[in-house]
Amino acid sequence: MASTEFVAPRTGRIEPQYNRMRNRGGTFEMSAWLFMRLSGVILVVLIFGHLITNLLVGGGINDVDFGFVAGKWADPFWQFWDLAMLWLAMLHGTNGLRTIINDYAEKTRTRMWLKTVLYICTAVIIILGTLVIFTFDPCIPGSTLEVCN
Amino acid sequence: MSTELPEPASVVKLAPGVGGGGEIPKFDITLRVRRYDPEVSEEASWEDFKLTMYGTDRILDALHKVKWEHDGSLSFRRSCAHGVCGSDAMRINGRNRLACKTLLKDLDTSKPITVEAIKGLPVEKDLIVDMEPFFQSYREVMPFLVAKGHEPSKERYQSVEDRERFDDTTKCILCAACTSSCPVFWTDGQYFGPAAIVNAHRFIFDSRDEAGDMRLEILNDKEGVWRCRTTFNCSEACPRGIQVTKAIAEVKQAILARSL
Repeated sequence: MASTEFVAPRTGRIEPQYNRMRNRGGTFEMSAWLFMRLSGVILVVLIFGHLITNLLVGGGINDVDFGFVAGKWADPFWQFWDLAMLWLAMLHGTNGLRTIINDYAEKTRTRMWLKTVLYICTAVIIILGTLVIFTFDPCIPGSTLEVCN
Repeated sequence: MSTELPEPASVVKLAPGVGGGGEIPKFDITLRVRRYDPEVSEEASWEDFKLTMYGTDRILDALHKVKWEHDGSLSFRRSCAHGVCGSDAMRINGRNRLACKTLLKDLDTSKPITVEAIKGLPVEKDLIVDMEPFFQSYREVMPFLVAKGHEPSKERYQSVEDRERFDDTTKCILCAACTSSCPVFWTDGQYFGPAAIVNAHRFIFDSRDEAGDMRLEILNDKEGVWRCRTTFNCSEACPRGIQVTKAIAEVKQAILARSL
Protein backbone atom coordinates (compact mmCIF):
# COMPACT_ATOMS: atom_id res chain seq x y z
CA MET A 1 0.00 0.00 0.00
CA ALA A 2 1.35 3.35 -0.98
CA SER A 3 1.74 5.77 1.84
CA THR A 4 1.80 9.50 1.59
CA GLU A 5 3.73 11.38 4.16
CA PHE A 6 2.90 14.94 4.98
CA VAL A 7 5.44 17.10 6.71
CA ALA A 8 3.68 19.02 9.42
CA PRO A 9 3.67 22.65 8.40
CA ARG A 10 5.83 24.98 10.46
CA THR A 11 6.19 23.02 13.67
CA GLY A 12 9.70 23.56 14.85
CA ARG A 13 10.85 23.14 11.24
CA ILE A 14 13.32 25.90 10.45
CA GLU A 15 15.56 26.58 7.47
CA PRO A 16 19.05 25.57 8.71
CA GLN A 17 20.72 28.85 7.71
CA TYR A 18 18.52 30.68 10.22
CA ASN A 19 19.68 28.64 13.18
CA ARG A 20 21.67 30.84 15.47
CA MET A 21 24.96 29.51 16.81
CA ARG A 22 24.53 29.18 20.55
CA ASN A 23 27.46 31.16 21.62
CA ARG A 24 29.90 31.70 24.30
CA GLY A 25 28.21 34.89 25.53
CA GLY A 26 30.87 37.29 26.68
CA THR A 27 30.71 41.04 26.59
CA PHE A 28 32.88 41.74 23.53
CA GLU A 29 30.09 43.21 21.40
CA MET A 30 28.96 45.41 24.25
CA SER A 31 32.52 46.62 24.91
CA ALA A 32 32.97 47.34 21.21
CA TRP A 33 29.73 49.32 21.15
CA LEU A 34 30.76 51.30 24.22
CA PHE A 35 34.26 51.87 22.86
CA MET A 36 32.83 53.38 19.65
CA ARG A 37 30.87 55.97 21.63
CA LEU A 38 33.66 56.90 24.04
CA SER A 39 36.44 56.98 21.46
CA GLY A 40 34.19 59.03 19.17
CA VAL A 41 33.74 61.71 21.81
CA ILE A 42 37.47 61.79 22.66
CA LEU A 43 38.42 61.88 18.98
CA VAL A 44 36.30 64.97 18.39
CA VAL A 45 38.40 66.81 20.99
CA LEU A 46 41.72 65.36 19.78
CA ILE A 47 41.11 65.98 16.08
CA PHE A 48 39.82 69.53 16.49
CA GLY A 49 42.75 70.29 18.82
CA HIS A 50 45.07 68.91 16.16
CA LEU A 51 43.47 70.93 13.37
CA ILE A 52 43.48 74.17 15.38
CA THR A 53 47.13 73.95 16.48
CA ASN A 54 48.35 72.88 13.04
CA LEU A 55 46.21 74.90 10.68
CA LEU A 56 44.70 77.90 12.47
CA VAL A 57 47.21 79.13 15.04
CA GLY A 58 50.17 81.14 13.83
CA GLY A 59 51.00 80.95 10.14
CA GLY A 60 48.55 78.13 9.58
CA ILE A 61 49.30 75.56 6.92
CA ASN A 62 52.31 77.50 5.60
CA ASP A 63 54.19 76.80 8.85
CA VAL A 64 53.81 73.03 8.65
CA ASP A 65 57.15 71.55 7.65
CA PHE A 66 59.71 69.11 9.03
CA GLY A 67 60.83 71.58 11.66
CA PHE A 68 57.25 72.19 12.81
CA VAL A 69 56.65 68.48 13.36
CA ALA A 70 60.06 68.08 15.03
CA GLY A 71 59.24 70.96 17.36
CA LYS A 72 55.88 69.47 18.29
CA TRP A 73 57.26 66.00 18.98
CA ALA A 74 60.02 67.38 21.19
CA ASP A 75 57.18 67.92 23.67
CA PRO A 76 55.87 64.72 25.36
CA PHE A 77 52.42 66.35 25.55
CA TRP A 78 52.08 66.37 21.77
CA GLN A 79 53.68 62.94 21.51
CA PHE A 80 50.94 61.49 23.66
CA TRP A 81 48.27 63.61 21.96
CA ASP A 82 49.26 62.17 18.57
CA LEU A 83 49.68 58.68 20.00
CA ALA A 84 46.17 58.77 21.49
CA MET A 85 44.80 60.10 18.21
CA LEU A 86 46.54 57.35 16.23
CA TRP A 87 45.38 54.49 18.44
CA LEU A 88 41.83 55.70 18.95
CA ALA A 89 41.28 56.62 15.29
CA MET A 90 42.72 53.31 14.10
CA LEU A 91 40.74 51.18 16.54
CA HIS A 92 37.57 53.20 15.98
CA GLY A 93 37.91 52.86 12.22
CA THR A 94 38.82 49.19 12.40
CA ASN A 95 35.83 48.40 14.56
CA GLY A 96 33.60 50.33 12.17
CA LEU A 97 34.92 48.31 9.23
CA ARG A 98 34.55 45.12 11.24
CA THR A 99 30.85 45.80 11.75
CA ILE A 100 30.45 46.69 8.06
CA ILE A 101 32.09 43.38 7.10
CA ASN A 102 29.80 41.53 9.54
CA ASP A 103 26.77 43.27 8.08
CA TYR A 104 27.55 42.94 4.40
CA ALA A 105 29.51 39.70 4.00
CA GLU A 106 27.12 36.78 3.74
CA LYS A 107 29.43 33.82 4.14
CA THR A 108 31.41 33.01 7.27
CA ARG A 109 34.52 32.31 5.18
CA THR A 110 34.36 35.68 3.35
CA ARG A 111 33.94 37.41 6.68
CA MET A 112 36.94 35.64 8.14
CA TRP A 113 39.25 36.58 5.26
CA LEU A 114 38.16 40.19 5.05
CA LYS A 115 38.61 40.60 8.78
CA THR A 116 42.03 38.94 8.73
CA VAL A 117 43.22 41.43 6.09
CA LEU A 118 41.69 44.27 8.09
CA TYR A 119 43.38 43.26 11.36
CA ILE A 120 46.79 42.86 9.69
CA CYS A 121 46.55 46.33 8.12
CA THR A 122 45.50 47.84 11.45
CA ALA A 123 48.34 46.16 13.34
CA VAL A 124 50.95 47.32 10.80
CA ILE A 125 49.74 50.93 10.84
CA ILE A 126 49.47 51.12 14.63
CA ILE A 127 52.91 49.58 15.21
CA LEU A 128 54.62 51.72 12.55
CA GLY A 129 52.91 54.89 13.75
CA THR A 130 53.79 54.25 17.38
CA LEU A 131 57.42 53.56 16.46
CA VAL A 132 57.62 56.78 14.45
CA ILE A 133 56.24 58.87 17.30
CA PHE A 134 58.65 57.43 19.91
CA THR A 135 61.81 56.94 17.84
CA PHE A 136 61.53 60.17 15.90
CA ASP A 137 64.92 61.88 15.61
CA PRO A 138 64.80 65.48 14.39
CA CYS A 139 68.60 65.58 13.78
CA ILE A 140 68.91 64.36 10.22
CA PRO A 141 72.35 64.99 8.68
CA GLY A 142 72.79 68.67 7.84
CA SER A 143 70.01 69.73 10.18
CA THR A 144 69.96 73.40 11.15
CA LEU A 145 67.57 72.91 14.05
CA GLU A 146 68.69 74.39 17.39
CA VAL A 147 68.27 71.14 19.35
CA CYS A 148 70.79 69.39 17.12
CA ASN A 149 73.67 71.79 17.80
CA MET B 1 -47.52 35.24 13.87
CA SER B 2 -45.28 38.11 13.08
CA THR B 3 -44.68 41.07 15.27
CA GLU B 4 -43.11 44.19 13.86
CA LEU B 5 -40.57 45.65 16.22
CA PRO B 6 -40.85 49.37 16.76
CA GLU B 7 -37.93 51.50 15.54
CA PRO B 8 -35.59 52.60 18.34
CA ALA B 9 -35.87 56.20 19.43
CA SER B 10 -32.28 56.90 18.40
CA VAL B 11 -32.88 56.22 14.71
CA VAL B 12 -32.03 59.11 12.41
CA LYS B 13 -33.86 59.42 9.12
CA LEU B 14 -31.61 60.61 6.30
CA ALA B 15 -32.86 62.53 3.31
CA PRO B 16 -32.73 60.49 0.08
CA GLY B 17 -29.32 60.71 -1.61
CA VAL B 18 -27.42 61.54 1.56
CA GLY B 19 -24.73 59.12 2.68
CA GLY B 20 -25.24 56.85 -0.30
CA GLY B 21 -22.50 54.76 -1.87
CA GLY B 22 -22.66 56.52 -5.21
CA GLU B 23 -20.40 59.39 -4.18
CA ILE B 24 -17.28 57.31 -3.59
CA PRO B 25 -14.65 58.16 -6.20
CA LYS B 26 -13.65 55.39 -8.56
CA PHE B 27 -10.24 55.05 -10.18
CA ASP B 28 -8.15 52.63 -12.22
CA ILE B 29 -4.96 51.18 -10.78
CA THR B 30 -2.25 48.83 -11.89
CA LEU B 31 -1.34 46.36 -9.17
CA ARG B 32 2.12 44.90 -9.82
CA VAL B 33 2.49 41.73 -7.74
CA ARG B 34 5.67 39.72 -7.22
CA ARG B 35 4.62 36.18 -8.11
CA TYR B 36 6.50 33.06 -7.06
CA ASP B 37 5.36 29.48 -7.37
CA PRO B 38 8.06 26.85 -6.84
CA GLU B 39 5.85 24.24 -8.53
CA VAL B 40 5.95 26.23 -11.77
CA SER B 41 9.29 28.03 -11.73
CA GLU B 42 12.19 28.72 -9.39
CA GLU B 43 12.21 32.31 -10.64
CA ALA B 44 9.95 34.99 -9.20
CA SER B 45 8.41 37.48 -11.61
CA TRP B 46 6.19 40.56 -11.64
CA GLU B 47 2.63 40.34 -12.84
CA ASP B 48 0.40 43.35 -13.56
CA PHE B 49 -3.31 43.49 -12.84
CA LYS B 50 -5.49 46.35 -14.09
CA LEU B 51 -8.28 46.99 -11.61
CA THR B 52 -11.04 49.51 -11.05
CA MET B 53 -11.11 50.35 -7.36
CA TYR B 54 -12.92 52.76 -5.04
CA GLY B 55 -11.63 55.52 -2.76
CA THR B 56 -12.49 53.45 0.31
CA ASP B 57 -10.51 50.40 -0.84
CA ARG B 58 -7.26 49.17 0.61
CA ILE B 59 -4.44 47.11 -0.90
CA LEU B 60 -6.09 44.07 0.68
CA ASP B 61 -9.31 44.78 -1.27
CA ALA B 62 -7.31 45.00 -4.48
CA LEU B 63 -5.64 41.65 -3.68
CA HIS B 64 -9.06 40.13 -2.95
CA LYS B 65 -10.37 41.46 -6.26
CA VAL B 66 -7.45 39.81 -8.06
CA LYS B 67 -7.86 36.52 -6.22
CA TRP B 68 -11.65 36.36 -6.47
CA GLU B 69 -12.17 37.75 -9.96
CA HIS B 70 -8.93 37.46 -11.96
CA ASP B 71 -6.49 34.83 -10.76
CA GLY B 72 -7.43 32.45 -7.99
CA SER B 73 -3.86 31.16 -7.68
CA LEU B 74 -2.64 34.37 -6.05
CA SER B 75 -1.63 33.51 -2.48
CA PHE B 76 -1.38 35.79 0.52
CA ARG B 77 -2.13 35.66 4.24
CA ARG B 78 -4.82 37.66 5.94
CA SER B 79 -7.07 36.94 8.86
CA CYS B 80 -8.88 39.78 10.56
CA ALA B 81 -8.39 42.33 7.75
CA HIS B 82 -8.52 45.16 10.27
CA GLY B 83 -4.92 45.69 11.38
CA VAL B 84 -5.04 43.56 14.51
CA CYS B 85 -3.93 40.04 13.62
CA GLY B 86 -0.72 41.02 11.81
CA SER B 87 -1.05 38.42 9.04
CA ASP B 88 -0.81 40.61 5.95
CA ALA B 89 2.45 42.50 6.29
CA MET B 90 3.94 42.99 2.83
CA ARG B 91 6.24 45.29 0.91
CA ILE B 92 4.04 47.90 -0.75
CA ASN B 93 5.84 50.34 -3.03
CA GLY B 94 9.09 49.26 -1.37
CA ARG B 95 7.87 49.86 2.20
CA ASN B 96 6.65 47.32 4.73
CA ARG B 97 2.98 47.93 5.40
CA LEU B 98 -0.12 46.00 6.40
CA ALA B 99 -2.22 45.50 3.25
CA CYS B 100 -5.36 46.00 5.34
CA LYS B 101 -4.26 49.41 6.64
CA THR B 102 -2.96 50.90 3.40
CA LEU B 103 -5.61 52.86 1.51
CA LEU B 104 -5.18 52.98 -2.26
CA LYS B 105 -6.07 56.69 -2.33
CA ASP B 106 -3.00 57.44 -0.18
CA LEU B 107 -0.69 55.93 -2.82
CA ASP B 108 0.28 57.31 -6.20
CA THR B 109 -2.30 55.58 -8.41
CA SER B 110 -0.86 57.04 -11.62
CA LYS B 111 2.00 54.56 -11.38
CA PRO B 112 1.84 50.79 -10.86
CA ILE B 113 1.61 49.88 -7.17
CA THR B 114 4.17 47.19 -6.36
CA VAL B 115 3.30 44.49 -3.85
CA GLU B 116 5.81 41.84 -2.84
CA ALA B 117 6.55 39.50 0.04
CA ILE B 118 8.45 40.86 3.04
CA LYS B 119 12.22 40.51 2.67
CA GLY B 120 14.72 38.37 4.55
CA LEU B 121 12.49 35.33 5.15
CA PRO B 122 12.17 32.38 2.74
CA VAL B 123 9.28 32.90 0.32
CA GLU B 124 6.91 29.94 0.11
CA LYS B 125 4.49 31.20 -2.50
CA ASP B 126 3.67 34.67 -3.87
CA LEU B 127 3.27 36.88 -0.78
CA ILE B 128 3.57 34.11 1.80
CA VAL B 129 6.86 33.69 3.63
CA ASP B 130 8.05 31.13 6.15
CA MET B 131 7.67 32.94 9.47
CA GLU B 132 9.35 30.21 11.52
CA PRO B 133 12.79 31.91 11.84
CA PHE B 134 10.97 35.05 13.01
CA PHE B 135 9.01 33.17 15.69
CA GLN B 136 12.11 31.21 16.67
CA SER B 137 13.80 34.48 17.72
CA TYR B 138 10.58 35.57 19.44
CA ARG B 139 10.47 32.36 21.49
CA GLU B 140 14.12 32.71 22.48
CA VAL B 141 13.51 35.92 24.44
CA MET B 142 10.90 34.17 26.63
CA PRO B 143 7.91 36.41 25.88
CA PHE B 144 5.90 35.43 28.95
CA LEU B 145 5.63 36.52 32.57
CA VAL B 146 8.15 34.84 34.85
CA ALA B 147 7.44 35.27 38.55
CA LYS B 148 8.73 33.29 41.48
CA GLY B 149 6.91 32.17 44.56
CA HIS B 150 3.32 31.07 45.11
CA GLU B 151 0.57 31.94 42.74
CA PRO B 152 -1.03 35.07 44.13
CA SER B 153 -4.58 34.78 45.39
CA LYS B 154 -5.44 38.15 43.86
CA GLU B 155 -4.28 40.33 40.97
CA ARG B 156 -0.63 41.30 40.66
CA TYR B 157 -0.91 45.01 41.30
CA GLN B 158 1.09 47.53 39.34
CA SER B 159 1.17 51.30 39.54
CA VAL B 160 0.10 53.41 36.59
CA GLU B 161 3.69 54.65 36.22
CA ASP B 162 5.11 51.11 36.20
CA ARG B 163 2.58 50.09 33.57
CA GLU B 164 3.38 53.17 31.48
CA ARG B 165 7.06 52.18 31.37
CA PHE B 166 6.49 49.42 28.80
CA ASP B 167 3.15 50.52 27.36
CA ASP B 168 4.54 51.20 23.89
CA THR B 169 5.93 47.69 23.40
CA THR B 170 2.70 45.96 24.45
CA LYS B 171 1.18 47.06 21.13
CA CYS B 172 3.16 44.56 19.02
CA ILE B 173 1.05 42.29 16.78
CA LEU B 174 3.98 40.17 15.51
CA CYS B 175 3.42 41.04 11.86
CA ALA B 176 7.20 40.99 11.16
CA ALA B 177 7.08 44.31 9.28
CA CYS B 178 9.93 45.64 11.47
CA THR B 179 12.21 42.62 11.40
CA SER B 180 11.84 42.17 7.64
CA SER B 181 12.59 45.87 7.04
CA CYS B 182 15.91 45.65 8.90
CA PRO B 183 19.00 45.63 6.62
CA VAL B 184 20.99 43.76 9.27
CA PHE B 185 18.38 41.00 9.32
CA TRP B 186 18.46 40.82 5.48
CA THR B 187 22.17 39.93 5.54
CA ASP B 188 22.02 36.45 7.01
CA GLY B 189 18.93 36.19 9.20
CA GLN B 190 21.05 35.66 12.30
CA TYR B 191 20.14 38.91 14.06
CA PHE B 192 17.39 38.53 16.68
CA GLY B 193 15.54 41.34 14.94
CA PRO B 194 13.52 44.30 16.23
CA ALA B 195 10.33 42.33 16.98
CA ALA B 196 12.03 39.91 19.36
CA ILE B 197 13.74 42.82 21.15
CA VAL B 198 10.47 44.76 21.40
CA ASN B 199 8.78 41.74 23.00
CA ALA B 200 11.71 41.25 25.36
CA HIS B 201 11.46 44.96 26.26
CA ARG B 202 7.79 44.45 27.16
CA PHE B 203 8.83 42.04 29.97
CA ILE B 204 12.25 43.44 30.89
CA PHE B 205 10.61 46.70 31.97
CA ASP B 206 7.57 45.06 33.58
CA SER B 207 7.83 45.53 37.36
CA ARG B 208 6.00 42.21 37.96
CA ASP B 209 8.46 40.15 35.94
CA GLU B 210 11.56 38.60 37.50
CA ALA B 211 13.45 37.22 34.51
CA GLY B 212 14.64 40.55 33.12
CA ASP B 213 18.26 39.64 33.80
CA MET B 214 17.94 36.42 31.86
CA ARG B 215 16.46 38.23 28.86
CA LEU B 216 19.17 40.88 28.96
CA GLU B 217 21.75 38.11 28.97
CA ILE B 218 20.10 36.51 25.93
CA LEU B 219 20.10 39.82 24.04
CA ASN B 220 23.73 40.55 24.98
CA ASP B 221 24.51 37.94 22.33
CA LYS B 222 26.74 38.54 19.29
CA GLU B 223 23.50 38.61 17.28
CA GLY B 224 21.59 40.58 19.90
CA VAL B 225 20.96 44.28 20.41
CA TRP B 226 24.53 45.30 19.53
CA ARG B 227 23.89 44.48 15.87
CA CYS B 228 21.35 47.30 15.70
CA ARG B 229 22.68 50.14 13.53
CA THR B 230 19.82 52.53 14.39
CA THR B 231 18.69 52.94 10.79
CA PHE B 232 15.11 53.45 12.04
CA ASN B 233 13.64 51.24 9.27
CA CYS B 234 11.79 49.30 11.96
CA SER B 235 10.20 52.38 13.57
CA GLU B 236 9.14 53.56 10.12
CA ALA B 237 7.65 50.19 9.21
CA CYS B 238 5.71 49.45 12.41
CA PRO B 239 1.97 49.56 11.65
CA ARG B 240 1.25 50.11 15.36
CA GLY B 241 3.53 53.11 15.63
CA ILE B 242 5.80 51.49 18.22
CA GLN B 243 9.04 53.43 18.73
CA VAL B 244 11.03 50.30 17.97
CA THR B 245 14.49 51.85 17.68
CA LYS B 246 13.92 53.64 21.00
CA ALA B 247 12.94 50.36 22.66
CA ILE B 248 16.12 48.71 21.34
CA ALA B 249 18.19 51.62 22.68
CA GLU B 250 16.56 51.20 26.10
CA VAL B 251 17.45 47.51 26.15
CA LYS B 252 21.05 48.40 25.19
CA GLN B 253 21.20 50.84 28.10
CA ALA B 254 19.73 48.27 30.48
CA ILE B 255 22.38 45.72 29.49
CA LEU B 256 25.09 48.33 29.89
CA ALA B 257 23.80 49.49 33.29
CA ARG B 258 23.64 45.89 34.49
CA SER B 259 27.21 45.15 33.37
CA LEU B 260 28.89 48.25 34.79
